Amino acid sequence: MSYPILSKETVLDLVPFGNSGQEAEFLALRLSPPAWKEIAPGQFVMLRLSGNHGNHIWGRPFSICRVTPRDLVIFFQARGRVTKEMAKLRPGDVIDVWGPLGNSLRVEKDTPTLLLAGGIGIAPFVEYAHTHPAPWNLSMEFGHRLPLDCYPFDSLNEKIDAAPHRENTVEDRDRFIALMEKRMQEHAKAKGLVLACGPTPFLRTVQTFALKHKVRTQLALETRMGCGVGACLGCVVQVALKASLIPPADSPVCKGEEYHNLQTCTCGPNFWAHQVKL
Amino acid sequence: MGKQRITLSGNGRTLVLNNPVLTASGTFGYGLEYTPFGNLASLGGIVAKGLSLLPRQGNPMPRIAETPSGMLNAVGLQNCGFDEFVKRKLPKLPHKDVPVIVNLYATSPAEFAELAGKLAATEGIAALEVNISCPNVKEGGSSFGQSATMAAKVTEAVVNASGTLPVLVKLSPNVTSITEIAKACEGAGATALSCINTVTGMGVDLQSKRPLLANVIGGLSGPAIKPIALRCVWEVTRAVSIPVIGIGGISTPEDVLEFILVGASAVQVGTANIALPDAAFRIAEALPHTMHKYGISSLDELRGGLKI
Repeated sequence: MSYPILSKETVLDLVPFGNSGQEAEFLALRLSPPAWKEIAPGQFVMLRLSGNHGNHIWGRPFSICRVTPRDLVIFFQARGRVTKEMAKLRPGDVIDVWGPLGNSLRVEKDTPTLLLAGGIGIAPFVEYAHTHPAPWNLSMEFGHRLPLDCYPFDSLNEKIDAAPHRENTVEDRDRFIALMEKRMQEHAKAKGLVLACGPTPFLRTVQTFALKHKVRTQLALETRMGCGVGACLGCVVQVALKASLIPPADSPVCKGEEYHNLQTCTCGPNFWAHQVKL
Repeated sequence: MGKQRITLSGNGRTLVLNNPVLTASGTFGYGLEYTPFGNLASLGGIVAKGLSLLPRQGNPMPRIAETPSGMLNAVGLQNCGFDEFVKRKLPKLPHKDVPVIVNLYATSPAEFAELAGKLAATEGIAALEVNISCPNVKEGGSSFGQSATMAAKVTEAVVNASGTLPVLVKLSPNVTSITEIAKACEGAGATALSCINTVTGMGVDLQSKRPLLANVIGGLSGPAIKPIALRCVWEVTRAVSIPVIGIGGISTPEDVLEFILVGASAVQVGTANIALPDAAFRIAEALPHTMHKYGISSLDELRGGLKI
């Protein structure tokens, strides 16, 4: 994987998603593409609004939703102090971008792979589906609370077999959870792979099923971050390792080993379900 | 632009820096994290993440919180321990081209001496920085830095165990009289003083009615504490004759010059590294140009020249 770089990128446009008639909450930010050598799906970037000292100290981490030779697309929800500022960006504005950061989601060409997304957790799967060498081996279950047009679902659905599930009630949620378990069981039988991204309670549910049905599962974590480069130790998560602080690539050890605090930004954000304590 | 080498001499030991801009412990990892964003050898020196004899896992999460013009942290000195540092981190640092300073932490003067001895016997370390001011650990930490007697004991232990290696002592602002502690450290053989560590503080969330940090109390850093740091450097440089390294909210080359104006010999950039990963590199590079802009021909001429 290539080194991250820090660059100033220009806002190309900001596209609101959803048709609520009010101030858009879900937006796709399109930036000029950084001069990255390569990127892997599941990696993220730090964005920082330039010249905004005092208002916010840290950059903010975002999944890379899509990157092409023409643009870098970030999908975000304008909910916090900084994302609400981001929703006011205009074409031509310049922001600081450092990336690509973190490890990648596992790509196995010939393995049946189930993508489980909760809400805004759909973002990294757009890039994943568009760059996968055999998208016909991918399927997705997407749980969401707001109308489907709030999310970049259509562009994903063109590439892979994806099913949306709106969760309005507790019954809806229970049905979605039961469906996820059934689909994970199928993938366990087929020696498949499961990748999940969404809020922490959602990831905990997926983790429970992953351990119960013994299916290889990666969880894409979202935590508060300071630096994004492994220095501040503000985003650590407990990970089971044998001894080393550096996790051996692709050889996860079993649950029950000694836990170490590892940075989500540099050792993650994608962790094996049986390794990480949520 | 000329060379900007800085010589810190005190109590018979000397540390030579590439230039006056160093990185502050705990904000720059082991230095290696920042190699994609700049040339480490262009910095005045690198102060590595606080090191202890054995690895430490640090405090529970959440450990950091954003505050107006700053941040709180209660990381609790999570670090890889001496062995891992010497085996895996130090050899990768360009220690021939940039002074690598190890910030060390221990829970007793004897343990400080043991760690200092091991570090002094290690190739590639330019100086030690004694951490007697971390607010986020139960044992040692700022309890050493809040008593002149204990601060002197720890300083003496490290000085005696470290051969000819320069020994910096990092002071806490969370004291009644910082000059009293500074004088005690000077008397115990410190080569120079680093002023200041974080200011204790806390944050709360009204919605959840919980503290922002699992540790409840943490250390405040960033531009919010710059006035406190300037005051401390001003007071300390007038009370001691050993050099002082200014730390606290430095995020521009102008900030560097302000600290030198009140008496600092060099500075450390901290929270700014977390805000933007090229901050220290950018500040070091821009310093000669900024000096020119303000008509400052040398740092020696500026140092301590505050007109009152």
